[in-house]
Amino acid sequence: MEEKKRPDIKKLEKEATEIRKDIIKMLGEAGSGHPGGSLSSVEILTGLYYYKMRHEPKKPDWPDRDRFILSKGHICPALYTVMARCGYFPKEELMTLRKLHSRLQGHPHMLYLPGLETSCGSLGQGLSIANGIALGARLDRKDYRVYCLLGDGETDEGQVWEAAMTASHYKLDNLCAIIDRNRLQIDGFTEDVMKLESVKERWASFGWHVIEIDGHSIKEVMDAYDEAERTKGKPTMIIAHTIKGKGVSFMEDKAEWHGVAPKGEQIELALKELNMKPTKEQLEEAEA
Amino acid sequence: MTEMKATRDGYGEALVELGKTNPKVVVLGADLTDSTRTLWFAEKFPDRFFEIGIAEQDMLNTAAGLSLTGKIPFVSTYGVFVAGRAWDQIRTTICYANLNVKIGGAHGGVSVGPDGATHQALEEITLMRVLPNMKVIVPCDAIETYKATMLAAEIKGPAYIRFGREKIPVITKKDTPFKLGKAATFREGKDVSLIACGYMVCESLKAAEKLEKKGVSARVINLHTVKPIDKEAIIKAAKETGAIIACEEHQIMGGFGSAVAEVVVENYPVPMRFIGIQDRFGESGTPEELIKEFNLDSNDIVKAAEEVLEHKHG
Repeated sequence: MEEKKRPDIKKLEKEATEIRKDIIKMLGEAGSGHPGGSLSSVEILTGLYYYKMRHEPKKPDWPDRDRFILSKGHICPALYTVMARCGYFPKEELMTLRKLHSRLQGHPHMLYLPGLETSCGSLGQGLSIANGIALGARLDRKDYRVYCLLGDGETDEGQVWEAAMTASHYKLDNLCAIIDRNRLQIDGFTEDVMKLESVKERWASFGWHVIEIDGHSIKEVMDAYDEAERTKGKPTMIIAHTIKGKGVSFMEDKAEWHGVAPKGEQIELALKELNMKPTKEQLEEAEA
Repeated sequence: MTEMKATRDGYGEALVELGKTNPKVVVLGADLTDSTRTLWFAEKFPDRFFEIGIAEQDMLNTAAGLSLTGKIPFVSTYGVFVAGRAWDQIRTTICYANLNVKIGGAHGGVSVGPDGATHQALEEITLMRVLPNMKVIVPCDAIETYKATMLAAEIKGPAYIRFGREKIPVITKKDTPFKLGKAATFREGKDVSLIACGYMVCESLKAAEKLEKKGVSARVINLHTVKPIDKEAIIKAAKETGAIIACEEHQIMGGFGSAVAEVVVENYPVPMRFIGIQDRFGESGTPEELIKEFNLDSNDIVKAAEEVLEHKHG
């Protein structure tokens, strides 16, 4: 496998901050939506859309494109932002999120917005769809890859484990799934709501190649996608350890910010924090 | 002597034919491949058959994924499991996005027999017809099921085909016209219309004969497509015969008869009666016993016809 040339990490980190600002702005404008999981998944999506995936925003139905299947549909503010910034649609449209006749529905609808691979919102369904696409690719002898993002709380759903078996049974090595392990769901910590640990052992025991990473490290995210592509004979699960609400101090690690949009001063405060956000390198320099 | 054949056999034969003629067709099974007759396809086209195990929700969405790559997936299991257990998958992933997934719902109705209530699908017509983009077909015999299956591969978007377990009379011929959304009048009549789907078309024809002996002229309409429904044929029947009986092997509430009534009430109200399951679960028994137990046989239709005629507008 020939690895793609990597984009500059510093640039991607800056881009991730810009994505977070857009998420806050669009949620503020919409007055509702899901900031917590949107903010925690930013680097996961950045690594895919700015590095790993073969895709052409101007040709969203290009048959050989890699496919991204969002399973936890409620974090679409992050996906919409990444798509807009990649050129799938004008950035101004982000401000129509959740409004009547908008292409940016509260949960994604593929018939409204080119570039979306599915319509989703009811949890637990994406991995099965990703399996189907991976099987279809194999039938067609195509080499495109399929990526699927799940929430950690989402894996409470039994269907996820049905799909975990199917992917492993059919040895779908053209499939790479990612769990945004932000440890929180609406009712609280995942371990209190419905114990998930050991996430790693569970997926490994289902026959998956499992990689654990810091889901906010662009480098680790890119490394993981490359490792997944090199892995043959089994599907790969990337457990991305993240912080729910990442980047906005008053949202971080708070279940109550799962599905509530920031308002008024909260928007200003969040944007101010994100504007001041130092890069990882700057932090390291400061520590040294 | 009328040939007897199960509608599921028509489904299985059509899938094999589609396997030969349409390379896009793939089939998925959930551990019921023999019973749903998808085994016949699986044996001939193993590369295009996917066993998903006893996991209906996963099967439906795997099919959705395959459809997104341009395949035409047929998924099959018992109606109760596919329409009930995987309803949300059918709704939100498949129908919302108008994905090209075809669903074969086996073991429709109480005529499933001794397996009892858990395996007798009595609610799928309701559950499926409320979904936008979904088409619902309930063929009356094996030949019509064959045609419905072939047609499902041609139409765009999701479709549900309901078929049964038991052998039933083959009442249509290969050249009997079959068109999606177009009802077929199997017997002309002017006093009352028996509008039926599935096996109940057969009971309706028997009822019409019995009624004729009593001097009542009954029209029998095979309304195989529950959605999109043939409004024209229903309105015509209301106008020309002035009374309607809807017959289904399914819950009356929200089902086939309700679909007919929606058209009648809005366009040309006439007295109606409903033959179907009356808010009960099924039972174990032989198919023949159960058809009687649940008041679905031709004598019940005759009784309903006589009753509705008393209420017919002058």
